[in-house]
Amino acid sequence: MGAARDWTRATAAQMAAAMKAGEVTSVELTQAHLDRIAAVDGDVHAFLHVNAEGALATAREVDEARAAGEELPPLAGVPIAVKDVLVTQGMPTTAGSRILEGWEPPYDATVTRKIRENRMPILGKTNMDEFAMGSSTEHSGYGPTRNPWDLERIPGGSGGGSSASLAAWEAPLAIGSDTGGSIRQPASVTGTVGVKPTYGGVSRYGAIALASSLDQLGPCARTVEDAAYLHEVMGGHDPMDATSLDEPVPSCVDAARQGREGDLAGVRVGVIKELSGDGYQAGVEQRFEEGLEKLKALGAEVVEVSCPSFDYALAAYYLILPSEASSNLAKFDSVRFGLRVEKSTVEKTMGATRAEGFGDEVKRRIILGTYALSAGYYDAYYGSAQKVRTLIQRDFAAAFEQADVLVSPTTPTTPFKIGERIDDPLAMYLNDVATIPANLAGIPGMSLPSGIAPEDGLPVGFQILAPAHEDARLYRIGAALEKALHDDWGGALAAQAPELEVAP
Amino acid sequence: MSSLERADVARLAALARIDMTDEDLDRLGGQLNAIVDSVAKVQEVAGEDVPATSHPIPMSNVHRPDEVRPSLSQDAALSGAPEAEDGRFRVPQILGEEA
Repeated sequence: MGAARDWTRATAAQMAAAMKAGEVTSVELTQAHLDRIAAVDGDVHAFLHVNAEGALATAREVDEARAAGEELPPLAGVPIAVKDVLVTQGMPTTAGSRILEGWEPPYDATVTRKIRENRMPILGKTNMDEFAMGSSTEHSGYGPTRNPWDLERIPGGSGGGSSASLAAWEAPLAIGSDTGGSIRQPASVTGTVGVKPTYGGVSRYGAIALASSLDQLGPCARTVEDAAYLHEVMGGHDPMDATSLDEPVPSCVDAARQGREGDLAGVRVGVIKELSGDGYQAGVEQRFEEGLEKLKALGAEVVEVSCPSFDYALAAYYLILPSEASSNLAKFDSVRFGLRVEKSTVEKTMGATRAEGFGDEVKRRIILGTYALSAGYYDAYYGSAQKVRTLIQRDFAAAFEQADVLVSPTTPTTPFKIGERIDDPLAMYLNDVATIPANLAGIPGMSLPSGIAPEDGLPVGFQILAPAHEDARLYRIGAALEKALHDDWGGALAAQAPELEVAP
Repeated sequence: MSSLERADVARLAALARIDMTDEDLDRLGGQLNAIVDSVAKVQEVAGEDVPATSHPIPMSNVHRPDEVRPSLSQDAALSGAPEAEDGRFRVPQILGEEA
């Protein structure tokens, strides 16, 4: 035996195998991650709440069950971070908003329940833009999360807490939610992996709703295989969510295993013409092109496809999302949960409570949505946006005639500096230009690291999109590309991030 | 498309039950105008012949048997309320003095 192994650097799959082999216990794994959080989260601020006692209690139970010879689920004992958008009994849930400060939900989300049933210790709740509105976590009511690659830069958003927790080795797995890119864009800018499943593939019961026709929960990890394991834990039909798909969970782990064999002969990969060129950073395009070369080398056929209506996707999204959000956020009314700023009447109390409890971005979007839904403007705005949604679906349908998967850079640029775009909402919205079309069409998408931009040394993400219900394709193509890249890099990209300073 | 006037933003904020100060209206009003101008482009391609899509995956209605099933207890439902009394949510008075 040499020096003790640093288990925080292992993959979730390695942790699961090591526990099975008796090389490490869940308590040791969980404690190692809690220690790491204590050492670096003062700087990173990925967590809004750390669930140390609860996580260790779960870990102890798993270790005892394993010692007793009990049959355990594949990820039993592997710790996980949960985005604060999911309600969790016994832990505060805020969705990044001051209006829910200190709220303890009286029930568990379906995904929370599944995590517990799979006996995974919950390390804590991760930071996010308020109600998932944002691309940088700067709109969190509790202060921004910082990118472990460069603490002056954003970790993406809205799931910047989850992505940063992975990149900072504070957790091997995390839960995300993706309404317009909030899993994939944070993964891209932190050199990690994130997957938005097909709409309805994961239950949204107990996920605090932003835009109900766009929201989807999904897995965040450092490798494609780890994401596949978590996807299978999260997915599946749930009668508590009327939009939940009544179909089997995709075989993500098998698809990833097949992908790693490295044979993509007969696979057609479509490059989306509209998601390149103007506004795309040189190093982002370079790493994307190199990813394409890898896919070709594995036998894939690469073709160009055109999706002309994508030019209207951002505009449609910023009408549909605010409209649905203005309705969903009406429940924060000072009556049933959260903040109350008491005034003489209920109506005045609501106005004062929402003024104090909501941040600027939430106010902007509620007002925009109220406008888009108001009489006289409905057809021009919300109605037109829904028509654009049809056009985008038609573009995808035509593109998937020519290709099995579609690809693009996940984000036009590497992460920008905190504060740089905070007062320019339109510049902020452009972060999600390549991820939004998938949400409008309900199709699944993945972002995985494709290298470091030479000009700034920051991570670049490669996006893969598949037709609805074909989530497994993401894992096959993603795992094949990942293996080819890892062979070049000598391991995961996250290992190339600069070491964080560790608090004494 | 007409732009959002300051009075429009004030009216919308009131409808959405968000109190706004003059400073809020100055700051958010300008940003909202820029956003509205930018998103209005959806009208360029939204022709008469294009059907609207409200939901990404086609689905029919979901039903369940009309049977009682476990749900939150009254205490649990009230546990997060800012104020409760006699097993109910307590709110400030509904009507103003002038009513």
